[in-house]
Amino acid sequence: MTMLSRTADHLFWMSRYTERAENTARMLDVNYQTSLLPQSNEVAQAAWQGLLSISELKPAYAAKYDGDNINPTDVMDFMVRDEKNPSSIISCLQNARENARAVRGSLTTEVWETQNQTYLEVIRMLRGKSADFKRDPAQFFEWVKFRSHLSRGVTLGTMLQDEAFHFLRMGTFLERADNTARLVDVKFHAVESALGGVNEKEQEFDFYHWSAILRSVSGFEVYRKVYRDVIKPELVAELLILRPDMPRSLLGCLNEVMSNLAMVTSDPQSETLRRAGKLRADLQYSRIDEILATGLHAFLTQFLDRVNEIGANISREFLVPSTH
Amino acid sequence: MSRPMFDEMNANATSVRAHYESYQRWLALQPADVMQARRAEAEMIFRRVGITFAVYGDKDEDGAGSERLIPFDLIPRIIPAHEWASMEKGLVQRVTALNRFIHDVYHDQEIIKAGLIPAEQIFQNAQFRPEMMGVDVPGNIYSHISGIDIVRAPNAQGEGEYYVLEDNLRVPSGVSYMLEDRKMMMRLFPELFSQNRVAPVAHYPDLLLETLRQMAPPATAEPTVVVLTPGMYNSAYFEHAFLAQQMGVELVEGQDLFVKDNFVYMRTTRGPKRVDVIYRRVDDDYLDPLAFQPKSTLGCAGLLNVYRSGNVSLCNAIGTGVADDKSIYPYVPKMIEFYLGEKPILKNVPTYMCRNDDDLKYTLANLKDLVVKEVHGAGGYGMLVGPASTKAEIEDFRRALLANPSGYIAQPTLSLSTCPTYVESGIAPRHIDLRPFVLSGKEVQMVPGGLTRVALKDGSLVVNSSQGGGTKDTWILEDAPVPTNGSGAHPSKSQSQSSSASLSPLATLGGNV
Repeated sequence: MTMLSRTADHLFWMSRYTERAENTARMLDVNYQTSLLPQSNEVAQAAWQGLLSISELKPAYAAKYDGDNINPTDVMDFMVRDEKNPSSIISCLQNARENARAVRGSLTTEVWETQNQTYLEVIRMLRGKSADFKRDPAQFFEWVKFRSHLSRGVTLGTMLQDEAFHFLRMGTFLERADNTARLVDVKFHAVESALGGVNEKEQEFDFYHWSAILRSVSGFEVYRKVYRDVIKPELVAELLILRPDMPRSLLGCLNEVMSNLAMVTSDPQSETLRRAGKLRADLQYSRIDEILATGLHAFLTQFLDRVNEIGANISREFLVPSTH
Repeated sequence: MSRPMFDEMNANATSVRAHYESYQRWLALQPADVMQARRAEAEMIFRRVGITFAVYGDKDEDGAGSERLIPFDLIPRIIPAHEWASMEKGLVQRVTALNRFIHDVYHDQEIIKAGLIPAEQIFQNAQFRPEMMGVDVPGNIYSHISGIDIVRAPNAQGEGEYYVLEDNLRVPSGVSYMLEDRKMMMRLFPELFSQNRVAPVAHYPDLLLETLRQMAPPATAEPTVVVLTPGMYNSAYFEHAFLAQQMGVELVEGQDLFVKDNFVYMRTTRGPKRVDVIYRRVDDDYLDPLAFQPKSTLGCAGLLNVYRSGNVSLCNAIGTGVADDKSIYPYVPKMIEFYLGEKPILKNVPTYMCRNDDDLKYTLANLKDLVVKEVHGAGGYGMLVGPASTKAEIEDFRRALLANPSGYIAQPTLSLSTCPTYVESGIAPRHIDLRPFVLSGKEVQMVPGGLTRVALKDGSLVVNSSQGGGTKDTWILEDAPVPTNGSGAHPSKSQSQSSSASLSPLATLGGNV
C-alpha cells in the first residue's frame, strides 16, 4: 500500500497538532492548579514564565503584552484563545482540523467527524464572550484532553492499519516526545533556580511542585505504583525519560516512533530510521544518574535537537519529496 | 400573475396527487414541533459531517470561515416510477447523441457537412478545443458524467410536462447532495422508507467507479483511478473528497501529479506511481499550464500530451464544453435525429437564438416576458428573468444584448413546477428543478432520480446553491406493489442499504439504446 506524500504530510500534522493542543492544555492546567496553592509572587511568576518558554513564546508574548509583568490571565488568554498565536490551543485545533479536512477522504468518517466536532465546539466555546472558559478553566482543559483521547481512540478503533495510520501515530508520538522533554526541562530548571536551600517549608513546596509535574503527564499514580516511594526528583526524571512502559516518557514515545516508522519504510538505508533508532538506543541504555551527572538541561536540549532532526528527515524522505 | 401553476404534490386546493397520498397521510400526523426539531437535527448533522460548500469572498457571521450549509428541505420530491422510466429513456438517448456529437466535432464533422449546424457555431465557440481534433478516446465517450437539468411546467391543459433546461457536460456537481440527502432522510424518518417503495440511490459511487475503470487506456490491467480536485477551498471540495472516499481512490491535487516519459505519475510515500484514469473536477482551462492557462497551478504540466497519446484517460474528456453551451442546446433534438435516427423523447425549451435577426427582434420586443441567458453563463449568473425584473434592469440587459447579440439566447419564462417546502411561515410552494446524473461507459446508466434543487425565495426561479437554493430528497416511487416471489432476491450488497433495497433499482436501469 502506498499513499500520496501530501496526504501523509497532512495526516502527520493533523495528529501533531492534536497532541500539541493536549499537552498545552495539560501544562496550563497544572500551572493553574498550582497557582491556587499559597505561594510567593516570584514563584508564581516563574511558573507562568516557564510555561511561555516551554513553547518558545516569550518574545511573542512580550510583543503583545507588557513583557516584564507576566499576568496569569493574559498568559492563559494568549495560550488558549489567541488565534494569532500559532501555538494556542484554538490555533492547534484549527490546524488539526484543516489538515484533516484536506484529506478527509483518507480518514474514516468517525475520525473526520471527531476532528470537525472538536473544532466546531472549540470555536463555540472560545470565540466571543467565552464565559464557559473563564468560569472554569480546569473544565475546559479537561475537555481538550478528552477530545485528544477521543481522537486517538477513534483512530485506533476505526482506521485500517495502513500507511495512513502509521503516519498519524508517528505524528502523535514525535510531538509527545518533544512536549514531554520541554516540560521536564523547564520544570527542573524552575526548581533549581527557585529552591536554594532546603527547609521544612520548601520541602513541602517541593512535594507540590513535583506532584504537579507528574499530574501534568498523568503520572502521579503511575509514580506511586512504580516506585512505592516518596516523590524524589531523580525518580520523577527517570519515569518521564527512561521508563519504556510509561506512555508519555521519552523512551515510550521513541519506541512508538520507531515501530511505526519501520512499517512505512523497507529501505535499510533510510536516514530517518537510522537516526530514530540511534536516539532510541541511547535512551534505552542510559541510566538516570549518568544523565543527571552530565546535566539534565544539556541532555534535554540535545534530545530536542535530535527529535527535531528526525521530524525534518521524515519530511524529506516521505512527505515532501523534492524530486523523482 | 395569472400564469398557470403546477404543483408536484397538490393537484388543487383539496386533493393530493396519487403518488403523494401516502406521504401526505404521514405528514398530516406529524406535530409541527417534531418536524421543527428534525430540521434542526438535520442542520446539526450536516454541520458536523462537514457537508458544506465554500462561497468565494464570503464570510460567516463571526467573520471567520466561509463554509456554508446548503439548506435541506424535509419534504421529498416524488416522481412516479412510470414517469421516471420514460425520462430515463430520454436521458440515455440524449446523452448518447451528445457523445456522438462531440466525437463528430473532433473527427469528421458530418453534422456540419450535412448543414445542420453552422460551422462557425462550433469553431468560434470558446469551448471548442482544436487540440482535440483527431484524438481518439476510449469507447469514443467524452462526457462520462453528465448532469442534465430538467424542469417541469404546465402545458395548455394544465398537465406538467418535463423539459430539458440545460446539459452540463464539463464537471457537473451536486451528486454528493443527492446521496447525503437520502442518507439524512433515512436517518430522520426511517418509517417513511418502510411505508413507501423508494428506489435506492446509494450505489452511485459503484457505478461511477465502474464507468471510470472502463475508460482506462486499453493496455491497463488494473487501472489506477484518481479524483483530481482544485483543493479544499473549492466550493465543491466536499463532493470531491466524498466521491474519492466512497470509491476508495486517491484524491489528488495538481501538485501531486507529474509527467515523465509520457505517462502521468503521482508522488507517493514509496515513490512515483502511475495514474491511468483521472476523474478531474478541474476545468479544461486549468488542466495543463503548458497547453491552457499558463499560470494555473491546479493542473499538471504536460498532461495534454500524455492524454493525446492515450496514456492516461480524463473523465470528462477535454473539449466537452462545445456541446453543453447554450448556443448549441437548441440543436440537440436535431442531433438525436441525425445520429440515432430517433425522435427525441425529452423536450427542449423553445429557444430564440439572438444571433439570428428574427429571433433578436422578437426577443427585444418581448424582454419583459422572456428569460434571457448569456450563452456562456453558469450558476444562475448573467441572466435576465423578464417578469421578475425592473424596467431599469431590462433596459440594462437590452443594451448588453444589442452590443453582442450572439452572446445570448432567450426562452419563454417557464412557470417551473412547485413543491411544498418548509419556509419561515410554515409550508409553502417553491419552484424546483431536477438534475439526474447520467454515467456513460460501456453502457449508459444512472441511479433513479437525481438532485432536486429548490428556490427558497418566494417566486424565485433560480435554484442554484450559490444563490440561496436548497435541496430535497428525490424519490422514484414504485406505482404498484411488486410481487415478492423470492426469486428476484438481491445480492447482499444492497441489503444493508435500506429496507426498500429489495425493490431493485437495477430492474429499471436502461441499457444501451
